Amino acid sequence: MLRAAVAAQLAFMTLPTVVVIAVSFNPTAILSFPPAGFSLRWYENVVTYPQFQRAAVNSVVVTAGAVLLALPVGTLAALALERARLRGRHVWASVLLSPLVVPGVAAGLGFLMLAAALGLLRSRAVLVAAHVALVLPFVVRSVWVSVRNLDPALERAAASLGATPWRTFRRVTLPLLRPGLFAALLFAIVVSLNEFVVSLFISNRVTEILPVAMFTYVVNYTDPTIAALSSLFIVATFVVVWLADRYLDLGRVFLQH
Amino acid sequence: MRLLLLPAVVVLAVFAAALGALFRWSVLEFIPGSLQTGGLTLANFRAVLAPQYLGAVRDTIVLSALTTVLTLVCAYPVAYALARTPSRWVRSLILVLTLAPFFTGAIVRTYAWVLVLGNTVVTWPVPMLFTERGVLVGLVHFSMPTMILILAAALSHIDPVYERAAASLGAPPWRVFRRVTLPLSMPGIVSGALIVFAWTLSAFPTPELLGGGKVKMIANVVKDLGLDSFNWPGAAAFAMLALALTLALLTVVGRVSTGRAT
Repeated sequence: MLRAAVAAQLAFMTLPTVVVIAVSFNPTAILSFPPAGFSLRWYENVVTYPQFQRAAVNSVVVTAGAVLLALPVGTLAALALERARLRGRHVWASVLLSPLVVPGVAAGLGFLMLAAALGLLRSRAVLVAAHVALVLPFVVRSVWVSVRNLDPALERAAASLGATPWRTFRRVTLPLLRPGLFAALLFAIVVSLNEFVVSLFISNRVTEILPVAMFTYVVNYTDPTIAALSSLFIVATFVVVWLADRYLDLGRVFLQH
Repeated sequence: MRLLLLPAVVVLAVFAAALGALFRWSVLEFIPGSLQTGGLTLANFRAVLAPQYLGAVRDTIVLSALTTVLTLVCAYPVAYALARTPSRWVRSLILVLTLAPFFTGAIVRTYAWVLVLGNTVVTWPVPMLFTERGVLVGLVHFSMPTMILILAAALSHIDPVYERAAASLGAPPWRVFRRVTLPLSMPGIVSGALIVFAWTLSAFPTPELLGGGKVKMIANVVKDLGLDSFNWPGAAAFAMLALALTLALLTVVGRVSTGRAT
């Protein structure tokens, strides 16, 4: 009975994904399942629709900017959390993770108002700033796990053998943090590429990223173009999650405190 | 070492400034038809209680409560299997199927439900798309990964020895579950339920797309007021309400989980 229940739930979780991928190959503009034939015209539409091209460029720029900023900032914070003699370590930890718990519409509207006050409404800088704050918790959490598992004796050994602090950091600390940094990189990219609610508030037709462009398209048109674009997102995400599970053992990351 | 926190503090300061701007707008007087504002006022918060908005607040709370209960029931067996399966392969399968939607992003996931609920796959006996029923299905699907992970973490901390002991003393499986497993997993159930409830309170893409303008939750009102009517003060007041509700609930979660630990 447990098996049947689990299978039913996994089917419920997976059903929409299967439908989207099937519909994306539909030859006609009328949504139907199973598809009435096989066609790649909606994928062609995705690639040639100018607004998606522009949004794809924006997505890459915003995600790259946000990840390049959040990764070092979060790594340093994770090191400080574990190593510095901090009063109220728990308070610091929850402050660093706090952007996670703020409702998207509150953060989005707040960034919109801040951007208006600073005259930055037409700039991608606001999107980058918001994305940095939103992915920071994921970076801190992933790297912190690795810092906690790092034996300080290894760094002391390097130092006692005459390595400068910078060299110790580069040759000992950083390589040992690699699994955490890799996980942080994956999380940051996936979270930023898929961010929608906050981005909706702070972007316009020129600066909008892919999820926002997709939302606008869904509201205005009903053809399977979004199914094709969604399928591309789904396949990319599955590959990333599968790779992460293969190399990082997600069970260890998610099931233990 | 403490200086290493400085860059993160700068990032968080920007975030805090955004929330500060939100708070400031929420207490400014709205002048219809313009982004100019008048003096300080609490009228925006009183407007939340106006009949047309109070309905959205009530619907939000009802939908969030239903979502929490349904998600709990649906997620428990999956979490149990995830925590207890001896097979690395089964564990990976469940994890990937559970986590992939978690990472696929709100728009992709919600659009998928537009297709499923919109009579593309089967013809539903009752209307699903653009109804509260449809929104509820989408919200449960959205909350499943979070609930599964929280419950699985709680269940993996329970030593199976307790269950075996109960069974060897003659308790049938249902009784073992009711008297041993379920009570021991209570901390996970409580924090999972509170977190899902808090998240659903501020759900946006699901009611926006699956509700099709007919189902309004608090976040949809924020978007309508802020982006469509340019009533920033009104939108800010609603956003502050969502923020306050979420923070209050998560404070309770913190209390509950630390209370159990000590």
